[in-house]
Amino acid sequence: MTYKVLIVDDSKLARMMTAKALQTLQPTWLYREAANADEAVALADHQQFDLALLDLNMPGRDGLELAAELKQNSPLIELALISANTQLEVVNRARAIGATFLIKPLGMPALETFLTGIEQRWKAAAA
Amino acid sequence: MTSVHFCLSELELDALTELANVGVSQAAGSLRNMIGEEVFLSVPSVKLITQEVAAGVVIGRGGEKLVGIHQSFNGDLSGGALLIFPETNSLELVRAVVGSGLPIQDIVELEQEALAETGNIILNSCIATMANMLNCTMRTSLPEVLRGTWGSLLGSPVSAGSGESVLFMYINFVVKQRDISGYIAMMMQLPALESLRARLGTLIAQTADEAL
Repeated sequence: MTYKVLIVDDSKLARMMTAKALQTLQPTWLYREAANADEAVALADHQQFDLALLDLNMPGRDGLELAAELKQNSPLIELALISANTQLEVVNRARAIGATFLIKPLGMPALETFLTGIEQRWKAAAA
Repeated sequence: MTSVHFCLSELELDALTELANVGVSQAAGSLRNMIGEEVFLSVPSVKLITQEVAAGVVIGRGGEKLVGIHQSFNGDLSGGALLIFPETNSLELVRAVVGSGLPIQDIVELEQEALAETGNIILNSCIATMANMLNCTMRTSLPEVLRGTWGSLLGSPVSAGSGESVLFMYINFVVKQRDISGYIAMMMQLPALESLRARLGTLIAQTADEAL
């Protein structure tokens, strides 16, 4: 099954790193990149994404605000916030909007665990 | 007077900003653990500018009295890092770190030591994160508490020649419940900037190659 992933980060290098990890773990999944919340919303307006991997600290709307907006427009989307800002309050806010918190720099084992979990949920929902 | 110009490509600057973001985000976590309250961060700004301009980047606070905790780092990369607060925030920060129960006299006595230790933890967290991501080793000096204005704090640590390019990274952080705000700044100059560019190039190449 091919899933569609939206990668949002104001850093091109960070997007490259996330895309590399995603492609290594799930080579058949498709992904699009956005450099900020506005670009992400514009992309999500035109196509349905199954998963969004979002940076937290971005100019303009941050990843938490974007996550809430994406979830409102597409309630079934899976969300992950990726940040080195591991303060309890930040992690709790991510969880409160239904997003998984992943620590930056993004490690392959953590992403693999996350992707395996959501893939199982998708397959269970489709069965 | 000789000007030394140094340039980074758009992607190198992007990579450096991302490293600063990760480093300072982890440092904010360290500060949060010390004071028990959330620390809010701005998006980091990374600029290659002259030292004179660096002091003017944070304009609008020109003559404000500041406290800076400075640490030099050297090894594969060398430069200076500063944790900067308005002097009026200094005691509040110390109170946040050591606890509000202490009498004011004790807090005043502890100020210098508490500032140095706070700076040590935050700056080391930031520097270590960046060193790990760049796969290099950096040693840090003991923290030194400085007092002065933006111009004197940013001018002293790296002692760049007039007109020489320095890398200036800064990020604003705020502890809303305690009215504490400050900056983390890192400054590097030639020839360390050449080493930094080589390390960034390696990081970018590795990411790009493996992304193919």
